[in-house]
Amino acid sequence: MAALGSPLRTWRGLLRELRYLNAATGRPYRHTAAYRYLVKAFRAHRVTSEKLCRAQHELHFQAATYLCLLRSIREHVALHQEFHGKGERSVEESAGLVGLKLPQQPGGKGWEP
Amino acid sequence: MAAPREAEDAGGRSRAVVLPGPRAMWRSCLRLRGGGRHLLNCPRGGLTASRGPVPKPPAHARAYAPPAAERKRFYQNVSITQGEAGFEINLDHRKLRTPQAKLFTVPSEALAVAVATEWDSQQDTIKTYTMHLTTLCNTSLDNPTQRDKDQLIWAAAKFLDTDTVACSPLVLWVTDGPTLVSSGQTSSSASSLRLGSLAGGVEEPETLVELQRNEWDPVIGWAERRYGVKIGSSTSIMGPSIPARTREVLVSHLASYNTWALQGIEFVVSQLKSMVLTLGLIDLHLTVEQAVLLSRLEEAFQIQKWGNVEWAHDYELQDLRARTAAGALFVHLCSESSAVKHKLPQ
Repeated sequence: MAALGSPLRTWRGLLRELRYLNAATGRPYRHTAAYRYLVKAFRAHRVTSEKLCRAQHELHFQAATYLCLLRSIREHVALHQEFHGKGERSVEESAGLVGLKLPQQPGGKGWEP
Repeated sequence: MAAPREAEDAGGRSRAVVLPGPRAMWRSCLRLRGGGRHLLNCPRGGLTASRGPVPKPPAHARAYAPPAAERKRFYQNVSITQGEAGFEINLDHRKLRTPQAKLFTVPSEALAVAVATEWDSQQDTIKTYTMHLTTLCNTSLDNPTQRDKDQLIWAAAKFLDTDTVACSPLVLWVTDGPTLVSSGQTSSSASSLRLGSLAGGVEEPETLVELQRNEWDPVIGWAERRYGVKIGSSTSIMGPSIPARTREVLVSHLASYNTWALQGIEFVVSQLKSMVLTLGLIDLHLTVEQAVLLSRLEEAFQIQKWGNVEWAHDYELQDLRARTAAGALFVHLCSESSAVKHKLPQ
């Protein structure tokens, strides 16, 4: 029932996720340990003479799970940044929400230093 | 000195109290999403582990604590080395340690690579809530709640009685139509409902009950055939009555995994709220997206009817997917052993 799709699709997705991860650091993703490991794993287990290879399926499943992990972490962080990452509003903004403005007191309030 | 304790009672934000290291670490734990459960299981400390035992937060500690300064990324390179006990992670030249200051070693190279990638992907600040694999490894290494294999298995098997896929919703008839009260995941979120691919092209079912029967029955049937047990599904409020033999078989199956894999399994079970779905994941029968969709079937149905709220539904969906994927990957990587057999002479 596992609708895994093709290994090529998983591979492309993994490359894309690695690209996104390394875009900010500036280092090319081909130099990362993850890329080297994945290339080795995908190449080593591609060749098999058996029609239904359980180990191959297992490896593909693990790759797909890792892809899901990377993708969902990235989207979660993006959603957090967009919707929940802004912190509290300042007092001026809160007043502005209801159409009020803070008073300007040139001398400062009496008790402030 | 009473000053550190007083800081916990009051609002705290304006106080400039210098807190000792472990307390500050627990503060940042309290602040994170996930609440108390993750405090017990997965202490999300960074490298600021003290040499002594980690103190538990006091019972009256407020859920909101003054935000501790987030740790900045203090390292440039992350590399992996192999020690005697396993693979270790190096941040620049320092070795990564768990919150209880043990050396961070993992048995599998793939897991070490994944953890190193997690640390490498942090930019500016270290967001420990995105590093699920690191958290799972820390829990397995430290075992802060000191649970042994049997306790972990018992904790996971407890979910059998209220397994999400085995409980049918209660249908309450109100004057203007049926309202559905369902057990299982009560948080509301969903993704696009790709049911056609799951159910093999069945048209959209009319009610939630039909949907659940269409989607959940095949999974239950698969589990029953695979393990030779009877699970069944129930419509009563008490949930399914699991026969003792089923429980024995599943418990003994779980006992065949090592402690690390069991930590992962217990984690996934408590995320998906279903033992059957977890078994489907670790037996490669369901993908992570499918398992998460099945776990949140009711919310997916309601979202399809009433609309999707991105900042709540998608947010929780992605979080659940991330945790489940991390747990499943952790279980697979901790319980595999790989051997390369060359058929042709090299």
